[in-house]
Amino acid sequence: MNFDFSDEQKQLQDQARRYLADKCPPSAVRAVLEGDQVYDRALWAGLGEMGFLGAAIPEEYGGVGLGHLELCVIAEELGRAIAPVPVASSIYLVAEFLMAAGSEAQKQARLPKLASGETIGAFAYGEGLGRVTEKSIKASVSNGKLSGTKTPVADGEIADVAVVAAREGGKVSLFLVDLTGPGVTRTAVDSIDPTRGQATLNFVDAPAERLGAAGEGWRLAAEVMDRAAILLAFEQVGGSDRALEMGRDYALERMAFGRQIGSFQAVKHMLADMYVSATLARSNAYYGAWALSTGSSELPVAAATARVSATQSFQHCAKNNIQVHGGMGFTWAFDCHLYYRRSNGLALALGSQSTWEDLLIDRLRQRNDAPAAA
Amino acid sequence: MNFDDTPEEAAFRTVARDWIQANAPKELEAELKGGGFGNNGLKSVDPIQVAKAWQKKKAEAGWACLHWPKEYGGRGATPIERVIWGQEEGVYGALSGLFIIGHGMCGPTVMAWADEATKERLLPPLASGEHIWCQLFSEPAGGSDLAGLRTAAVPATDGSGDWIINGQKIWTSGAQHSDYGIVITRTDPNVAKHKGLTMFWLDMKSPGIDVRPIKQANGQSGFNEVYFTDVRIPDSQRLGAVGQGWSVSLTTLMNERLSIGSGMPTGFPELFDFCMNLQTEDGLAIDDRSVRSRLAGYAVKASGLKYTGMRAISALSKGETPGPENSIGKLVAGATMQELAMYALDLQGQGGVVSDPDKAAAGARFQAMLLRSPATRVEGGTDEILRNIIAERVLGLPGDIRVDKDVAFKDIPTSGRA
Repeated sequence: MNFDFSDEQKQLQDQARRYLADKCPPSAVRAVLEGDQVYDRALWAGLGEMGFLGAAIPEEYGGVGLGHLELCVIAEELGRAIAPVPVASSIYLVAEFLMAAGSEAQKQARLPKLASGETIGAFAYGEGLGRVTEKSIKASVSNGKLSGTKTPVADGEIADVAVVAAREGGKVSLFLVDLTGPGVTRTAVDSIDPTRGQATLNFVDAPAERLGAAGEGWRLAAEVMDRAAILLAFEQVGGSDRALEMGRDYALERMAFGRQIGSFQAVKHMLADMYVSATLARSNAYYGAWALSTGSSELPVAAATARVSATQSFQHCAKNNIQVHGGMGFTWAFDCHLYYRRSNGLALALGSQSTWEDLLIDRLRQRNDAPAAA
Repeated sequence: MNFDDTPEEAAFRTVARDWIQANAPKELEAELKGGGFGNNGLKSVDPIQVAKAWQKKKAEAGWACLHWPKEYGGRGATPIERVIWGQEEGVYGALSGLFIIGHGMCGPTVMAWADEATKERLLPPLASGEHIWCQLFSEPAGGSDLAGLRTAAVPATDGSGDWIINGQKIWTSGAQHSDYGIVITRTDPNVAKHKGLTMFWLDMKSPGIDVRPIKQANGQSGFNEVYFTDVRIPDSQRLGAVGQGWSVSLTTLMNERLSIGSGMPTGFPELFDFCMNLQTEDGLAIDDRSVRSRLAGYAVKASGLKYTGMRAISALSKGETPGPENSIGKLVAGATMQELAMYALDLQGQGGVVSDPDKAAAGARFQAMLLRSPATRVEGGTDEILRNIIAERVLGLPGDIRVDKDVAFKDIPTSGRA
């Protein structure tokens, strides 16, 4: 048994960690938080040049052709650094949509530019408050023209191309839409995590090119969101670990009542519980990585498991990191709120925790009902 | 990343599986499978006799105490082979509960600290299940604070070199069935508490030992009080030097990391199954959104423990020492099971109060979990001690500021003399 990453994958992770420590220090995240830039352009270009963006994209489409385990370890490091770049939207989602359902021409045209970072992608499916379901999709396409409103769309303000879920006839299909083309209006919206921007996209007869078979959009979206959920779980695991480390370091450094606050059991036990959450989430994320890389039939269960566990862990670690820091944790100057913001933003990306809890139970049930031989 | 055996592991698994297939007491399989939390399910036979018989059979074929050296009755197997054996032994592993303390803790302590002749005499019958051992550590005044123990060993006044032991141990699992035990005692109350301790092994049939089962809060009696009244032990039964008992006890406690890969039960599969079948006025319980949310929370804990175990096994498979992540097992499993049991009873409504296995839902499985789970959060290190261990040894946080440090044991305030 080898339920672990290989030495080469760990070396890649180490390389990504060192690269991000150099190119994405907290000051870089703050530059985006404070509105100096919408995303970190230099970092984004660098990730493309380093081959991190193209890790799981085949060489024939301009990628590095490593695989998803490699992308998982990179994702963990992006999460640890809370990198303010549109990797999730462009790589975990749009590139995965293209690899799952794109025509040869669509893949040739789009994947190389996503791998290099020349193109930014976004996935536009929700249209407002509440759980996104197939029924809730109102945007529609007729005669190749898309109309409707999508909000909030992660990285919608900066993306060049979006994968949009819209009705075609009665059913939901997916479409590729050039966001710099006609019929598209975008408006940035304030969000709890400005380091991953959100926007409202309005479409009025915008040219739309179908991705995948007609009427298969919702099934395809669910399939790709499972894959993305595993990759995002690694970002959440990386963020959990960093938030835990920050809390631990502060507990060692801060003195009160004549001693390190990390010598008080109330603080130690809070940090121990954060470690427990982070460890469970990491083990569940590995289960997801295994399923993702082997194309196992367990993937739907593994994705929901990894996702629910990672969301719990990152929220738990990020909120208690602030608690360990006390009042200083609530200052703008300390970095605790960056992780708090990111943890709560990611908890809603791809659907809320309750949505994923539901999915997990549905899928465990289906697995239990499946023939024992399966 | 894969769950596959290496060729060597696969070969070992085949040999183990074939032997178990040919030799296991298959007539007990159904009863063992029906076993629940806190009992192995055996009703038709004497559990001690069948446990001893299975252990003897394993020993004769070289399958006892896989991790022990061959000369002491083991197999000299690698850690991963031991894990594979456990997976293959499956339900029959439950037969060996009686030997866990002896094989996992007492045996390794004797192996590390006794002289060669003693090891050759004591260890093979322990490995083969002929002798049952217990570990006499906790006391009414020293559980989490084990080094606060008071059972005293003093040199006999007749010049024989023997030791005379007086005091009381508590929470001793299996003492009522045990032939031998290891006991930690205080030999010097005038030095700091960790420094005045000495370890011995002893015959549980020695005059002056009185074993009294404790009636537990759940009505069962797995644990005992053991009273020592002028129990005489020769100095040759000392393990380690006089005053070295704390170091000796750490050997024992380090061997407590037994459960790698086996995974502690949380009760989740049972609860999931229960909710799949529980009819409510609004349909099946599992269709209720609030039920699903609770179940999902338990699911990721059970899964997280399972895959944390897999990571530990992978480390073993590569010849590495598993990391500290294993320290979370009992902490998560104990608290999860308790919470889950309460929830299962809540789903049963007023009927959840019934604990008669013939009348209660799910054979009163969740009622048994409810009543037993408080012990899981205490035994073998309380939740609080485990959190301290994680905080100090894994996260590197400072130890507690101790008021008993460098104070002679006799001067430390206690509940009786504050």
